[in-house]
Amino acid sequence: MNKLQIITSGILKNNPTFVLVLGMCPTLGTTTSAANGMGMGLATMAVLIMSNLVISLIKNLIPDKVRIPAFIVVIASFVTIIQMLMQAFVPALYASLGVFIPLIVVNCIILGRAEAFASKNGAFDSMLDGVGIGLGFTLSLTTIGAVREILGSGAVFGCPLGTADFMPLVFVLAPGGFLTLGYLMVLFNKLAKK
Amino acid sequence: MEISYFAIIIGAIFVNNVVLAQFLGICPFLGVSSKVETSLGMSAAVTFVMALTALVCWPLQTYVLNPLGIGYMQTIVFILVIAALVQMVEIILKKVSPALYQALGIFLPLITTNCAVLGVAILMIQKEFTLLQSVAYSVSTAIGFGLALVLFAGLRERLDFEDVPAAFKGVPIALITAGILAMAFMGFSGLV
Repeated sequence: MNKLQIITSGILKNNPTFVLVLGMCPTLGTTTSAANGMGMGLATMAVLIMSNLVISLIKNLIPDKVRIPAFIVVIASFVTIIQMLMQAFVPALYASLGVFIPLIVVNCIILGRAEAFASKNGAFDSMLDGVGIGLGFTLSLTTIGAVREILGSGAVFGCPLGTADFMPLVFVLAPGGFLTLGYLMVLFNKLAKK
Repeated sequence: MEISYFAIIIGAIFVNNVVLAQFLGICPFLGVSSKVETSLGMSAAVTFVMALTALVCWPLQTYVLNPLGIGYMQTIVFILVIAALVQMVEIILKKVSPALYQALGIFLPLITTNCAVLGVAILMIQKEFTLLQSVAYSVSTAIGFGLALVLFAGLRERLDFEDVPAAFKGVPIALITAGILAMAFMGFSGLV
């Protein structure tokens, strides 16, 4: 697999949201607007790139039996760093994402990539894999967020479209998250088949 | 903080249902909910682990992390505690009650990555509950999780017999069903 393929496979063939169906909790919980979805995607991507890099560097030092706990500690450390950085520099986004920031630790995408890719490949390739999967995740989350924001509050990235008064609010509430993701997945399946 | 136990319990089970309103624990919700029986087993295991997590994490935060001024280590400490607890519960159950272990066994390792467990541990600290309130909160959250899981499993058992269009098969139709179920749960909002 060449370098470019590693990145593009994360966006389409191995899209974490629509194909692998991983990390559903932040996908549904944080996509109430395009900006929130994008913020969550980028935070996850940052953790994913760093943890993939570190895990691929230390993979030979970790005994096989304690592999998973060791991975979790590496991931949790990076999540804590990201959490502190976000709290300091983007406090508004940090507040609106809330509990989902520390919960990046248990996002199965990150542990899944550590196990499936970073523990078998070199440092540079693992970083590229992080970039690819991270981009795929960010794009999916931004798309879902944008759809929900347009349908629910009549705006994109906070810019009002002038349709706010007659849009069904349910799309920014909990049920809208399930419905939007469900229908987008149908669309993705339909398009992927062609 | 003065909140009645009634408000905590009803709030966590119905109004802010952990799966359908807070989006925590979606993976087991979608993954293990194809049969009513297995969802009951999963809910029992989650209830058990969540209660233990509250009992261990709350004192740890209050008497160790806070006095030392290292509250930011919360995420790392909590996830390790949960992983260790799950492992311990598994070992103890295997020795003490092989029958229960048989019933819950396969679900236990899955719980470590159930974000509802870590989420509840973090939320109960954030909401500044006392120890007893935290335990009440986590047990009722787990009951809410079980309720959603069992209801959803019942729906999916019926869905198996329906003629679903190809593009909707599997996860998409499950998500749409969950959306409608979440709408039903919105009827509880404003109750407490």
